[in-house]
Amino acid sequence: MSDVAAKVKAIIVDKLGVDESEVVPSASFTNDLGADSLDTVELIMEFEKEFDLAIPDDEAEKISTVGEAIAHIEAAVK
Amino acid sequence: MELRRVVITGVGTINPLGNSVTEYWENLKNGVSGAGLITRFDASKHKTQFACEVKNFDPSLYMDRKEVRKHDLYTQFAFVSTEQAIQDCGLNWENVDHDRVGVIWGAGIGGLQTFFEEVRSFNEENPRFSPFFIPKMIANIAGGLISIKYGFRGPNFTTVSACASASHAMIEAFNMIRLGKADIMITGGSEAGVNEAGMAGFNSMRAISTRNDDPKTASRPFDPDRDGFVMGEGSSAFVFEEYESAVKRGAKIYAEMAGGGMSADAFHMTAPDPEGKGANLVMKWALEDAGIKPEDVDYINVHGTSTPLGDIAEPKAIIKTFGEHAYKVSISSTKSMTGHLLGAAGAVEGLACILAMQNNIVPPTINHFTDDPEIDNNLDFTFNVAKEREIKIAISNTFGFGGHNATLVFKKL
Repeated sequence: MSDVAAKVKAIIVDKLGVDESEVVPSASFTNDLGADSLDTVELIMEFEKEFDLAIPDDEAEKISTVGEAIAHIEAAVK
Repeated sequence: MELRRVVITGVGTINPLGNSVTEYWENLKNGVSGAGLITRFDASKHKTQFACEVKNFDPSLYMDRKEVRKHDLYTQFAFVSTEQAIQDCGLNWENVDHDRVGVIWGAGIGGLQTFFEEVRSFNEENPRFSPFFIPKMIANIAGGLISIKYGFRGPNFTTVSACASASHAMIEAFNMIRLGKADIMITGGSEAGVNEAGMAGFNSMRAISTRNDDPKTASRPFDPDRDGFVMGEGSSAFVFEEYESAVKRGAKIYAEMAGGGMSADAFHMTAPDPEGKGANLVMKWALEDAGIKPEDVDYINVHGTSTPLGDIAEPKAIIKTFGEHAYKVSISSTKSMTGHLLGAAGAVEGLACILAMQNNIVPPTINHFTDDPEIDNNLDFTFNVAKEREIKIAISNTFGFGGHNATLVFKKL
């Protein structure tokens, strides 16, 4: 697992209070991990803080799964 | 329109004297102080380094980790006491019409720690806040979250009147049932002001005691050496029920919520009217509302915060309200033990009244060393030691910054 993936997973486990085993690439924040709209905003903000990047709202709206988050961040930090 | 009667059938609490009603009462009647050096943050640079904190609080016993993170401490306290009260009332909730159950909660400040942390981390270069900043901080969220947790769809709002908040909430909850707007109400209050902002804020007002060398005797209502209140925190919750239906289901009834009074000092932002005019009015109106004569009152749980001015004005108001009977009624300030729970004070002290009636014991005003010549010491302040006494009617006074006054009247059934 990449460094980015590990950090993303850790943030999700912490913020959503879910078990690490549930945080698989296909898992949807809202449908599988119990996040509501506020949780999702908070997650994006945490990603921005952790990886020192800005995710504009229109891009953030496209990130709905763990895998999409990892892919977006990996592309952005390269 | 005939007003319906209201009884209290469930109680719960978490406060500096105990994390259950039983523990609270044990310490209350034994005159135990809940004060100690602050453990929640490093207070070594603060003018006041002690408070009455809730001890051994484990929120995970009551909510999952995600909920704990999402809720300010004042909401967590509300959840704990409410769950206790709901368990205690013995209702079979499956048979209860949840549309007829409401929640009126009291909080003087709300999520102060949340506000402080978020504002402190604010970055002007990237001006954004956590999406939970507002919903976690607002003073009405605890009451809203209680309704969400239990599915209660009846009247729901929060009263904010500083240290009278919970008392106003209880009066409004009482009114909802009296007027037929709901059959069951969850009410009470919670506050979590033991944090850097709360302590430093009240310090600047010179409202809190700075007796750092002896925290346990710092809250000394009616003693001439008092130097301010001691910050407390926690919550008490109640289940109020319409009298007939409570009797019909054979509920355990703690007391009747018999009346409430509300007034304003119309005097000063923080100082009480020195003659206690608003305090006199609120007690008078509360007794009128309950249809009770002053001479029938056995116990007054006073506001008595251990501040220089307030402790002089309130006894004057009691003498004005009760006349000769003022010298026969038992009086105590349980803030001498619990500290001042701000917006939750009326709930925690209302519970003290109910437990006093149930046990026929007046809890004491501890930490009395000398008489204050400015206070009429022929009044019976129940100094230092609890007193056995039949208590049929008890009242609780709370007065808040802004000059908000509220008095609750409880009657034994």
